[in-house]
Amino acid sequence: MSETLTENPVRTDNLATVATPVPPATEERKGLTKKEIAADHPTWCPGCGDFSVLALYFKLIEKRKMWHEKITTIAGIGCSSRFPYFVQAHGAHYIHGRALPFASGISLSRPDLHVFVFGGDGDAFSIGGNHFTHTARKNIKLTYVVMDNWVYGLTKKQTSPTSPLGFKSKTDQWGAVDYPINPMKQAIAAGATFVARTTSTNPNHVLAMMEAAMDHDGFGFVECLSECVEFYEGAFDAANPRKGGAFIEVPKNHDVSDELEAYKLAGADFPGYFGIFYKNNKPTKNAKEAEINKAMMEKVKGLKDWQILQKNFDRMK
Amino acid sequence: MSDTIAEASSNGAPKVSRIDEAVIRIAGNSQDGIQAIGGFLARLAGRSEQEVMTFMTIPSTISGGPSIFQVRIGSGEVLTSGDDADVLLAFYQHSYEGHIGSLKKGGIVLYDSDHVQAKPEWEKDYHHVGVPISSLTVEAIGGTAKDKGKNIYALGLIARTFDLNLPKLEKLIGERFTGKDPSILNNALAAFHAGYSHSLGNVLETFKFKESKGKDGHQVVMNGNEALAYGLIAAGVRFGAGYPITPWSDIMELLRRELPKYGGTFMQTEDEIAAISMAIGASYAGRVAVTGSSGPGISLKTEALGWAIMAEMPLVIVDVQRGGPSTGMPTNIEQSDLNIAVNGGHGDAPRVVIAPASVEDCFYTAIEAVNIARKYSVPVIILTDQGIATRIEAFTEPNLEKICQDISPDFTPVAEHKPYDLSAPEGLTHHVAPGTRIQSGKYPIVTGLEHDELGHPTGSPKLHMQMTAKRRKKLQALGASLPVPKIYGPPEGNILLVGWGSTQGPIREAVDRARAAGDSVSALHIKHVNPLPPGLENIFSGFNHVLVVEMNDEGLYGFGQLGALLRARYCDPKIHGVNKTDGLTWKVKEILERTKTSVSAGLRKL
Repeated sequence: MSETLTENPVRTDNLATVATPVPPATEERKGLTKKEIAADHPTWCPGCGDFSVLALYFKLIEKRKMWHEKITTIAGIGCSSRFPYFVQAHGAHYIHGRALPFASGISLSRPDLHVFVFGGDGDAFSIGGNHFTHTARKNIKLTYVVMDNWVYGLTKKQTSPTSPLGFKSKTDQWGAVDYPINPMKQAIAAGATFVARTTSTNPNHVLAMMEAAMDHDGFGFVECLSECVEFYEGAFDAANPRKGGAFIEVPKNHDVSDELEAYKLAGADFPGYFGIFYKNNKPTKNAKEAEINKAMMEKVKGLKDWQILQKNFDRMK
Repeated sequence: MSDTIAEASSNGAPKVSRIDEAVIRIAGNSQDGIQAIGGFLARLAGRSEQEVMTFMTIPSTISGGPSIFQVRIGSGEVLTSGDDADVLLAFYQHSYEGHIGSLKKGGIVLYDSDHVQAKPEWEKDYHHVGVPISSLTVEAIGGTAKDKGKNIYALGLIARTFDLNLPKLEKLIGERFTGKDPSILNNALAAFHAGYSHSLGNVLETFKFKESKGKDGHQVVMNGNEALAYGLIAAGVRFGAGYPITPWSDIMELLRRELPKYGGTFMQTEDEIAAISMAIGASYAGRVAVTGSSGPGISLKTEALGWAIMAEMPLVIVDVQRGGPSTGMPTNIEQSDLNIAVNGGHGDAPRVVIAPASVEDCFYTAIEAVNIARKYSVPVIILTDQGIATRIEAFTEPNLEKICQDISPDFTPVAEHKPYDLSAPEGLTHHVAPGTRIQSGKYPIVTGLEHDELGHPTGSPKLHMQMTAKRRKKLQALGASLPVPKIYGPPEGNILLVGWGSTQGPIREAVDRARAAGDSVSALHIKHVNPLPPGLENIFSGFNHVLVVEMNDEGLYGFGQLGALLRARYCDPKIHGVNKTDGLTWKVKEILERTKTSVSAGLRKL
């Protein structure tokens, strides 16, 4: 695993919103227990890979001593997108494919919050494909975990944008004919600044990837293979040593800042590599906007809001 | 130029007439800077405590194409930009030929004789004044500027014709060109003075505005898009997201430029859906945010709008209407988005729709929209249109110190929290922003699924019925609390003209003219389109005919969009539509003629 995992977290110095008072400082509190973080009982099928991702999200919250009110858990539509209901924290279950812009609205106006987005492959790469590209290129600070199961599960087995060629679904009875999306390549090409891949059958690795993504100051993207036992059983056996497969980590000497090398790793045949493919520390959208605001606010220093507006009105007389 | 009083002319100098008001139409191409002339005249009127209203058409092409700018300035009340012009300033042959018809008989056509060949057959009906504007501009400025600046030269001609306040105009020109290369200001002033000093030769008459009756306090001069954007800032909005589309783009550009000064920001997103989603996300994060668009963009936003209604999230959505459907007539005016604003989307999805009546009203409507959105936790759509967005008006300067509001979120910890409390008075939902600690340890979820009081999903038919009713009841409560709209004219009579949005001015002027001619006509302006205000049935009962005047198609059943809504609501067979779809604002005489036809047709049916 790459050494970037041990980096200290750097929080973006986000929008200096004069308008938004900082929430009152809270007293010294103990970290939350799993019981305090868990909300509704998950509605997933027994054996679904998503259980593992949820459990590891709880573990991350426990480990990093995050409090309920400092987390927002956002999702779109899909099996995996039921996620926010299972977490005892502020959260939103938004419309299909649009969780990223919704979460961006939070991230860009509330620097004090951890914004986590969970979703599936349909949400991320099909209906929400445009948002994936643009949130990545703008480098908006948030953590995005895509539970990729290669199939539409909630609607009961249609072809997904990551379904491999030949996958027999209800919309491709003879086998999928459309070339699948490679999420890693997609993310790297879009300009994502943190791109990692993991699988729900390796809990320690999932936790490590989520934690590294959270600590990344920017758009942190993790693709997590998460088997749909109902509609695509055994899809990821080849990546699971317990099923006779192989879990191959990104080579120790891989330079995570090397975009071309990352792209090459992403092109490996399934099961491919697991770990951090690419990481780039360029400034976030949040930081850039904060810089603009700082400069603009400097020009109206000492003025109350109505006085700033008055200056505009004076010019329109 | 009604009510002109001629003053005795002496020594053969042109006669000076005292006038109440004037309509000046400037016709040229879109790159000639004719909007600048109109802008100067409007500003000057504002500073002279006069009323002013402008009207412009722009081609939807990128550069070039015929364009007009019409200014109506008055010492008394100005309700419209005027049906016909008193003075036409024509830069080209096509401007001259295309717009002479909009000039009053006996009016003055000032034309650029470098480009326009006057037609002898028109010379007896209109007073022709040819000035080689292009070549005289080149002469005045010299150098390589060519005829750039001829708009300012023409402004000088107009200033002379109407004996406008020279120092005030010079000051306005100075303000406009400060900060640039000083030679630009010098050239502008040179062109202006050359135009002002040009001998008007055979002109027999010049004009002087009567003293204005005086307004309370200072006036500000701006267009509707500006007024709306500044209203949002005054209301405390600090986050917005949008995607460029004409004529909404001006609002997003202004907010992008201004909001950072207040610590806020405006995001240009990848598409319309991302724009509304980002705004909803920011609203959820604690402070009501804004998104907006024009027709086609609003269609794209409707799924997310449904989510905001279901999750009861405050939000302001601006729809600057244009001609539709689809790309339609992107630079023309139409009021054909009322249906999508009131009903657009799937499911039972009540929302608030407000339509400002004037530029000034755009400012205050923005504030009202924000406050309704917050109090009722609901998306509020502001329906403006291309006409109001681009027209300039002068209005009394608001007391910003009093009006500006702070709507910062409150993060004080709460003991427990149920956003969708079914026992809440009037069904009002209250959210606590993320960042707020809830001591019970039970945190709410906001969702598009039908939900229980904490926001967790439910399949319970009973809860769906209760929650659907809750979302409806809060807007019924809002409707009941709205003021009964005031009737313009007597509360009883033969004809009631009902309008909404930017048509308030021409409808009122139509009432004035009809009443002056002895007809029994009153008007009612409906600003709150959804929910409707109380008391309308009583108002309708005072009239024989209720005619809904709208800039949209009469539709399959013949009543227009608001007309159909009022028919469905009040089941009143007196309600009929007066509709048009020519992409232009109502002329007063059109309203009067169409009203007459409609009423006599109705009588025949009886």
